[in-house]
Amino acid sequence: MDSYETFEYDVLVIGAGGAGLRAVIAAREAGCSVGVVCKSLLGKAHTVMAEGGVAAALGNMKSPDGMNEPDSWKVHLTDTFKGGAFLNNPRTVEIFAKEAPERVLELEQYGAVFDRTPEGLIAERPFGGHKYRRLNHVGDRTGLELIRTVQDKAVGVGMSVHMEITLTRLLKDGDRVVGAFGYRRDTGKFVVFRAKSIVLATGGWGRMYQFTSNSWEGTGDGLQMAYEAGAELLDMEMIQFHPTGMAWPPGMRGILVTEGVRGEGGILKNNKGERFMFNPDYTPPLYKGQFAETAEEGERWLEDKKNNRRPPELLPRDVVARAIYKEVEAGRGTEHKAVYLDVTHRGAEYIKRKLPSMYEQFHALGAVDITKEAMEVYPTVHYTMGGVWAEPEGCATSVPGLFAAGEVAAGLHGANRLGGNSLSDILVFGKRAGEGAAEFARTAKLGAIDPAQIQAEISVLMHPLELQEGESPYKIHQELQENMQRDCMIARNEQGLNSVLAKILELQTRAAKIKVNGDTAFNPGWHAARDVRFMLRTSEIIVRCALERKESRGAQWRLDYPALDPVWGKKNLIATQDGDKVKITERPLPDMPAELKAIVEEYK
Amino acid sequence: METITLRLFRGDATGGKMVDYQVKTFPNMVVLDAVHQIQAEQDSSVACRWNCKAAKCGSCSAEIDGKPALMCKTQVHECAGSTITVTPIRTFPLIKDLVTDVSWNYRMAAKIPPLTPRADVAGKPFNMQQIDVDRVQEFRKCIECFLCQNVCHVLREHERTDAFFGPRQMVRIASLEMHPMDNLNRREQLRGEAGVGFCNITKCCTEVCPESIHITDNAIIPLKERVVDDYFDPVRKGLVAIGLIKKRKKAPLDSVPNDVTKIMR
Repeated sequence: MDSYETFEYDVLVIGAGGAGLRAVIAAREAGCSVGVVCKSLLGKAHTVMAEGGVAAALGNMKSPDGMNEPDSWKVHLTDTFKGGAFLNNPRTVEIFAKEAPERVLELEQYGAVFDRTPEGLIAERPFGGHKYRRLNHVGDRTGLELIRTVQDKAVGVGMSVHMEITLTRLLKDGDRVVGAFGYRRDTGKFVVFRAKSIVLATGGWGRMYQFTSNSWEGTGDGLQMAYEAGAELLDMEMIQFHPTGMAWPPGMRGILVTEGVRGEGGILKNNKGERFMFNPDYTPPLYKGQFAETAEEGERWLEDKKNNRRPPELLPRDVVARAIYKEVEAGRGTEHKAVYLDVTHRGAEYIKRKLPSMYEQFHALGAVDITKEAMEVYPTVHYTMGGVWAEPEGCATSVPGLFAAGEVAAGLHGANRLGGNSLSDILVFGKRAGEGAAEFARTAKLGAIDPAQIQAEISVLMHPLELQEGESPYKIHQELQENMQRDCMIARNEQGLNSVLAKILELQTRAAKIKVNGDTAFNPGWHAARDVRFMLRTSEIIVRCALERKESRGAQWRLDYPALDPVWGKKNLIATQDGDKVKITERPLPDMPAELKAIVEEYK
Repeated sequence: METITLRLFRGDATGGKMVDYQVKTFPNMVVLDAVHQIQAEQDSSVACRWNCKAAKCGSCSAEIDGKPALMCKTQVHECAGSTITVTPIRTFPLIKDLVTDVSWNYRMAAKIPPLTPRADVAGKPFNMQQIDVDRVQEFRKCIECFLCQNVCHVLREHERTDAFFGPRQMVRIASLEMHPMDNLNRREQLRGEAGVGFCNITKCCTEVCPESIHITDNAIIPLKERVVDDYFDPVRKGLVAIGLIKKRKKAPLDSVPNDVTKIMR
């Protein structure tokens, strides 16, 4: 038996992004001892990449007539349902829209310094799919502000931070999750965490695609640990393709260009110089008549939001991403198979003040001055709406003792997430997951650790170092990325999905023979060997669910089933582990209660 | 396609050497791309930290041709010559290759209490004008890459990690000290354990900051002035003594004890 260190806490939080750290604060305030484990250094999680803002209906913004925009949680709720093509869990959305404003104001008390309105309140900017200005922001670095704020607060309330540890297996005692096992990234030494309850806040998974805004961390290990522990995964086919990723230069391909660029007046153009979003075919029926129909009206909206409709560049992300895809497919793209995003008409001073990090990103990394020339953009894999099913009240998963919040969890966003909703998601449900886990820990005792489970995982981890020859994890990862990018991207059909599924199954067989050089001391190749196996399984689940859902809804766009299907609109797909097989079942979506139906009817 | 040589430090606390790798370049390639290419195609055991690859997270700090910089923000074609040397930052203990143990920074940060709002605004939405928070927002741009800590000669040459929190934490304290709603008197900590007096304004930190924060001019010097105001200005002391000006009313600050938050690695 290999040796390992053991740590014990009331509540273990896996992941130190916004959701994890907000859970730490909540569990700590409920009186628990809390340990938090992160793969990177503290404060480097993917939350820093969020740019545009945190969506919450504070209603701070004034129209030219001096009246406040009539925003409320009810409008936010309605917008979230519409954006998610009504596949969202109704209760989750209700809690979310109601509690988001409180969570944002609380951040300010913790030390976040948002941009201000002339009246001295938090400034809110317009964003795709949000009816009113609702994205509370700090220039275009809101995610950094958010993570640093909850980081400082969590450090203040007290926790034990375990940096640069990768956990690869949840440990169970009977049905219940009682701990987690993994390795230190620097030395490769094994670690066991025992806890009365666990919050999973491990974020999303985009690294199985070639072009993604995700960092290396987005490999979905948290998701896979939950899946292997028996948790139900919900709507895994729903992956958001953010319409504007950098398309050039090659090294920067996929890096995010914030929707804030469009919120601040940025326009999309094809190679003919046309603002193609005005093409009426691109506006879905649900949004007809709600967007500007001429460029002039779009321009006027920048100054007077009350008497003009917003430009169609601010349609939800799935809609804009499909439009860009179609333009490029029709031969109206740039030389790098992209479209232009142009904000030059807003003036250099304004751009540098409202979009400083975009200016810097293009200037330093791409040698493009966005105050003078257009950016080239193309959809990039950005966010996972699907994930571990978590019930809305306390974020419990289907496995006792395991709670989930943030991008790894599912239920809130339905078939497509609105920009800015992820940051309020992690605050609202990070807090609730922390409280839920603390409540569970109040009556639970530490469970028994089963050495056989640990030994099994050690065998999996060490195998690539023991082989004399075998496959390179990088090579397998690269083939997976190419195939997912080609056949499971924005436009899907049965043939392509079947072909990528066959490839994934082949790669899974080859992955059993991954070999890496060196030892366990800070060895990225060895880390990749485990990550790739997780990614292969996650990809298989995504593809199987995408095959199963025979309709087009939100992010799931099937060329062979191009229409919304009302029957499918009433069903979630649940993926669970069944031995070595992925079991996929349909589950009826909970009915929207009458009072929420009335709200949606009134504000849609 | 042009080929360049990346000369990487390979080794750990017990020793190491410089190793040359041939790398195929592409347009606008950054140094981090080159390291990744080596990992994928030549030696997967090369250790380096990175996350966002967009200069937003501050993970990939290194010394490139001797100059401290982010690997994701340094273009290969900007480096002089066909050989680029990449070594780890030097102020912190080496773990392996380009990775160092920067946990000390987090332990110092843990001693600084977060924002503590004044009683009259606690629990209420703040009303602050943009002009009043512009400076604080400049400080909050910090991505914690610790390049400033790496070049600070108090830490690097004199190794006074026992006496000075370093430029990063000065910026952090400045963002709190200058926050219109904060109620803690942070000057005792500044003068004491944080050691603001150790900085002698060589501005090396400002020069390497990838976020272009004016660390010395906008954070450290004003903090020094505030400490001098409170502790060393005889005129002010006299005016306080005869009641012409009042003592500051902010609440006293207690450094957060080390066992509240444990930073482990």
